[in-house]
Amino acid sequence: MADAPGPVLRLIGVRKAYNQGLPNEVEVLHGIDLALARGEFCALIGPSGSGKSTLLNLIGLLDRPTDGRLLIEGLETGALDDAALTRLRGRSIGFVFQHHHLIGAFSAAENVMMPLLLDRGWPQDGMRERAEALLERVGLARWRDQPVGRLSGGQQQRVAIARALAMDPPLVLADEPTGNLDTKSADAAFDLMREFNQERGTTFLVVTHDPRLARRCDRVVEVVDGYLVSDVGVAVPGEGSAPSRTLPRQGPKGPWIP
Amino acid sequence: MTRFLPFEVIAALRFLREGRMQTGFILAGVTIGVGVIVFLSALLAGVQSNFIRRVLSSQPHIVLLPPEEVARPQRGGDAGVFEDAVVQRPAQRLRSIDQWQAILGQLRAMPEVATAAPVAAGAALAVRGEVGRSVTLEGIDPASWYEVVRLPDYVTAGTLRLTSTDVVIGIELARLVGVQPGDRIRLSAANGRDAVLTVTALFDVGNKAVNERNVYVALRTAQSLLNLEGGVTSLELTVRDVWDAEAVAQRIHRLTGVRADSWIATNAQFVTALNAQVTANTVIRIFVGLSVALGIASVLVVSVVQRSREIGILRAMGARRGQVLRVFLIQGGLLGLAGSVSGSAVGAGTILAWHSLARQADGTELFPLVVTGSLFAGAALLACLTGVLAALAPALSAARLDPVVAIRG
Repeated sequence: MADAPGPVLRLIGVRKAYNQGLPNEVEVLHGIDLALARGEFCALIGPSGSGKSTLLNLIGLLDRPTDGRLLIEGLETGALDDAALTRLRGRSIGFVFQHHHLIGAFSAAENVMMPLLLDRGWPQDGMRERAEALLERVGLARWRDQPVGRLSGGQQQRVAIARALAMDPPLVLADEPTGNLDTKSADAAFDLMREFNQERGTTFLVVTHDPRLARRCDRVVEVVDGYLVSDVGVAVPGEGSAPSRTLPRQGPKGPWIP
Repeated sequence: MTRFLPFEVIAALRFLREGRMQTGFILAGVTIGVGVIVFLSALLAGVQSNFIRRVLSSQPHIVLLPPEEVARPQRGGDAGVFEDAVVQRPAQRLRSIDQWQAILGQLRAMPEVATAAPVAAGAALAVRGEVGRSVTLEGIDPASWYEVVRLPDYVTAGTLRLTSTDVVIGIELARLVGVQPGDRIRLSAANGRDAVLTVTALFDVGNKAVNERNVYVALRTAQSLLNLEGGVTSLELTVRDVWDAEAVAQRIHRLTGVRADSWIATNAQFVTALNAQVTANTVIRIFVGLSVALGIASVLVVSVVQRSREIGILRAMGARRGQVLRVFLIQGGLLGLAGSVSGSAVGAGTILAWHSLARQADGTELFPLVVTGSLFAGAALLACLTGVLAALAPALSAARLDPVVAIRG
């Protein structure tokens, strides 16, 4: 799995429309093509209402595209039923949300092991050890048995990052993971994700409004009004550079000028 | 987090613990509901068994009787014309059941029948000195008949012995004619035959009429007194399920052709009253159960709304719809189960307290205490089931939540 060839994520002509067939039909995404290679750390930017969240929901398999193809590690997701999609989501995709979204009834360690528990159904050997190792990695080993409500915002977000990596998924989606944190905590959380990206080769797609953080990503993809308008590679020292290009804006409003 | 429970049970327990206040209130509600049901059920079972004991202690569940003698008008030549339309009802002579040994064998072979005994009964006069009382003479076969009516349990004086020269009488009759165990008494049948018998024991079945009227002698003594050599006037039996007696009686009638009267048919009014009580109790139980179910459902509906974001997160992390569904079904089941345990304790405690405090006028217990394990097991099972059913609607709504919408909140 770790050396699977081909991109971790591939979108081909993905469109998403709401209220199909109704007078208020609205198309939010107009034919998105995107590929994320293994180990990429990519920022997804764009103004509010541009379709970022919708795109993230589609990639996270929480929603289905109206049209187009979506492949996770080469697997065509359009043909999967709801249960198979859920299983694939649990195993292949980690989520980090803006508001940490931990489960308040469980301790920090239990939150981290939750994806494992959901996947297996029963607590099993090694689950707890794995969760504790991840918590130690994010620097929260001593708070592992604390109810998550007692942790600070930054600590909670680090627990959420550990949780996203519990299943060792190839792809982690982060929706404004630092949006709710002060600069110091935001930096710590971002650093943590970068470290996991480098240590494990996990692919990250990070939605952010913070240009400072976007600049620290390998690649920045911009979505405006449902179109993917730019895809800029940032040079990674020692690895050559990703292709850098500005895409011609398709659609009715004419060319987009950066 | 124990490793012996699946995710669903762990999550259900944690969610209930986290929502302490809601859990506490609904548990109190379920406790009261189950307590009422347990209390009412135990009370009804006690009162019912008391009634049944009084009614059935001194009578068999089913009595087989010979067919009545009837007079039929003769039909003449023209169709539909009765030549002698006025028919006098014939007097019912004492007759034996035809082929009673064979029928008795058939009855004893029926699985529903617990015991069966032959009886030769008729009217007689108990005479001592110048005192004579009319009595019902019952000739019984002690070995089998004591299984039908537990006469030995009611003996208050003397020793129960029924050879062909013995008689057992009630305390009321003994008082009226002035005899003690060991005294002798003359029994005269309507046909003029008589015998002098030794009173061996006195009984008290708790029913004055029976204590005054019934005298028990050996079967062969009664047969010779009543001019029924080798015959019996009735077969008396008990069935395993007293409430099944009427159905069994009808089956026996179809099988043997002999008239079979069940205690249910002969005590119709009493049974109607008892059934009305059962119906009232059932209605109360159903409505209490419904309000418990609605309480659990409303608490869980609120819980699903409060937790919709967490449900969405769990779904994003790979929780399947079935897992979410079961988390809430189990919460309902656990609320029902826990409430039924405390409710059973409250109900049983109340009935025990009342039982020990409330007495009848004569100081005996108001009703026998019927608090069985099966009552609690039934209450627990039913409450658990009610909880799961009540949780169905909220659990389904939780399982159907769209994670995208739920996470956005």
